[in-house]
Amino acid sequence: MNHSTRMKLSIGAVGIAAALVLSGCASGGSTGDSTASSSGELTPITLQLQWVAQAQFAGYYAAVAQGYYKKEGLNVTIKEAGTTTVPIDVLAAGDADYAISWVPKVLGSIEQGTKVTDVAQIFERSGTTQISFKDKGITSAADLKGKKVGSWGYGNQWELFAGMQKAGIDTTSQISLVQQAFDMNGFLAGDIDAAQAMTYNEYAQVLETVNPATGKLYQPSELNVINWNDEGTAMLQDAIWADADKLANDKTYASNTVKFIKASIEGWVYARDHPQEAADIVLKAGPTLGASHQLWQTNEVNKLIWPSTGGIGAIQKKAWDQTVKIALGTKDDTGSTIITTAPPATAYSNKYVDQALKELKAEGVDVLGKDFTPLTVALKEGGK
Amino acid sequence: MKRLRGAMLGIAGIVLLGVLWEAYKALAPANGVAINGLTVLPRTSDAAMPHLSTMLQRALDPVSSVPGSAPLWAAVLQASAFTLSVAAVGWLVGVIVGLVIATIMQRFRTAESALLPWVVLSQTVPLIALAPLVKRWGTFVHLGAFDWQDWMSVALIASYLAFFPVSIGALRGFSSPERAHLDLMRAYGVGWWRTHLRLRVPASVPYLVPALRLAAANAVIGTVVAEVSIGLSGGVGRMIIDFAQTGSSDPAKQWAPIFGAVIVGLVAAGAVVLIGLALGKYRRNEVPA
Repeated sequence: MNHSTRMKLSIGAVGIAAALVLSGCASGGSTGDSTASSSGELTPITLQLQWVAQAQFAGYYAAVAQGYYKKEGLNVTIKEAGTTTVPIDVLAAGDADYAISWVPKVLGSIEQGTKVTDVAQIFERSGTTQISFKDKGITSAADLKGKKVGSWGYGNQWELFAGMQKAGIDTTSQISLVQQAFDMNGFLAGDIDAAQAMTYNEYAQVLETVNPATGKLYQPSELNVINWNDEGTAMLQDAIWADADKLANDKTYASNTVKFIKASIEGWVYARDHPQEAADIVLKAGPTLGASHQLWQTNEVNKLIWPSTGGIGAIQKKAWDQTVKIALGTKDDTGSTIITTAPPATAYSNKYVDQALKELKAEGVDVLGKDFTPLTVALKEGGK
Repeated sequence: MKRLRGAMLGIAGIVLLGVLWEAYKALAPANGVAINGLTVLPRTSDAAMPHLSTMLQRALDPVSSVPGSAPLWAAVLQASAFTLSVAAVGWLVGVIVGLVIATIMQRFRTAESALLPWVVLSQTVPLIALAPLVKRWGTFVHLGAFDWQDWMSVALIASYLAFFPVSIGALRGFSSPERAHLDLMRAYGVGWWRTHLRLRVPASVPYLVPALRLAAANAVIGTVVAEVSIGLSGGVGRMIIDFAQTGSSDPAKQWAPIFGAVIVGLVAAGAVVLIGLALGKYRRNEVPA
C-alpha cells in the first residue's frame, strides 16, 4: 500500500466518523419534542408515561394531537418510559409535572415517603386477567389450585395473589408460580396453564397467533378468562399522579392540574367517540406498532373507562378502599405486602377532577359515556 | 489474496451458523430437551426458532398494515442508522475521554495510582442502574438555547463503556517506548509534551487500535441497552421493545432488529478497521488487546 492510498483511507475514515457525528446531531435534534419556540404563552408541562407509546395512553396523545391541551394554555410534552423508568420517581424528582401509574405500584412509594397524589383515576376497571385454554377447565380463581400459574411479578402480581388467596388457595404451596416473559410463548407452549394477560395487550397477542391445530388464529371461544373485576380483587390501574407538595403550596400548579385533567379527559372522550382516529394518532407516535393491535387496544382501554360511574377520572371511594385493603393484606410469593399502614389522606384527591368535570359538563361534554358501545375489532396475524 | 481468503472465511462462518441453526431446528425435538423439568436445549418450534427463510420473507413485508408502511428491512435499516449515529457520538466522546485520562495517568504517577482503580471500578456499575440516573441528570442541563436531549443520555452511557478499553490500552501504549528511546529524547533536551507527541503517541498505536475496536463494540452495546432502558425512540433498541409484543404471533419480526444491531456492530468495527489501515505505518508489533 503506498502513501497516497493510505492518505485517502484516513480521509475516508475521518469523513465517515464526522458524518456519523453530524447525523447523530441532526437526527437527535429532530426527535426532540421541544416546541417551546412556537408555544407563545403556553405553560410547558411534562407528562411521564409508564411505558412506550401505545394505545393504553391514547387519550393523552389524542389531547395533544387535537389541541385540547393548547386550548387550556398548556404545551404538553409526553415522555415515554423505558424498561427501568419508575414514573413516580421521575415525578418526585421534579423531572415531570404529572405521571401515569397504577395505584398499587405507587402505594409502596408513598409509604416510603414519596409525596404524590392520585388526582384523576382514568381507568375505572382493571385490565388484568388470567387466561387459560378451555381444556384446562380453569374458570375461576379457585380452579388455579395445583396449576402452573404465570405472573410477570414486579408489582403486576397483586390482583392474582389476592384472587387466589380469597378463593382459599395457599399461594406458597398449592400453586406452582411461573415467571412470565413479555411474549406469550410460554403459555402457547404449555409451560403455563393460566397466564397473566392484559385485556388490551397479551390477550390480543394470543388471538393474533395462528393455532397450529386449526391453521386459523386462536379464537376467544378457545379460551377461559378470569377477570379480577368479577372475582372482586381488582385494583385501580392507570391514574394521573401529581406532586402533593406542589398541589398544596403552588397555586399555579394546582390550577394547571385542573386544566391538565380537563384536557386529558377531552382526549379520552375523543378516543371513545373516534377510536380509529385515536389509534391512528398513537401509530404516529409509535410507527413500528401493529395497526390492528392498537385499534384493539384503544377499544379495550375504552371498556376500562366507559361507561363511567361518577364521571371519568373521579375516584370511587369503594374501589380505592378495595385497592388499599388488598395492598395491606395480600402477601405475594416473597411473603411481603405492598404496604403495612394505610396511606395518608393526601394519597388521592377528587378536588381537581371534580372541578374539571364541572367545567366539562357546563360545556356539554359527555363525561359518563352511558351509551358507550365498544367496537368489534378484527385482529390480524401478528397484530399488523 | 490473503484479504480475499479472510473474506471468504468470514462468509463461510456466517453460512455455517445458518446451517447449524436449520440443522438443530430440523433434528432436535420441537419441545427441546428437558432434564428433570429443566430445559437444557431450547425448543425448536416456529415461535422459538423461525426458519431463516421466514425471517427473510418477513423482512421484505411491510412493518404493519398501515397504508404506506415501509418494508421491515427499510425500517430496521433506518433504526440501525440512528443507533449507529448515537453510538458514534458515544464512541468519539469515549475515545477522547479515554485518551485524556491515559495521558494524565502517564504524566503523573500519583494520578495513575489514584485514577486507575476508579477506571476499573467504573465498569462494574450495572448499566441498567446507570441509565435512569443519567437521564435524570440530563434534565438539569440547560445552557442558554442548549437543552439536553434523551439521545445524549444514551450517547453518554455508550461513551461510559467506550472510554474504558481506550484508557487502559492507551496507558499501556504510552508507557511502551524503550528506555533507550526515552533517554535519547532526554539527551536532546526535548520536553515532556513533545516527547509525548513524537514518541509515546506513535508508540501507543499498536495498543490503541485493538482498544478502539473494543470501544466501538462497547459503544454499540451501550447504545442498544440504554435505548431499551430509557425508552429512547428511533433506534434498534426501541424496536426490540415494540416487536417483543409480537414474539408469539409474528415471531420472525423480532429477529429483524437483532440483525439490525449486528449490522450496526459490523459497520462500527469496519470503521475502526479503516482507521487502523490509515495508521498502518505505526502498527509494527501489534499486540492483542
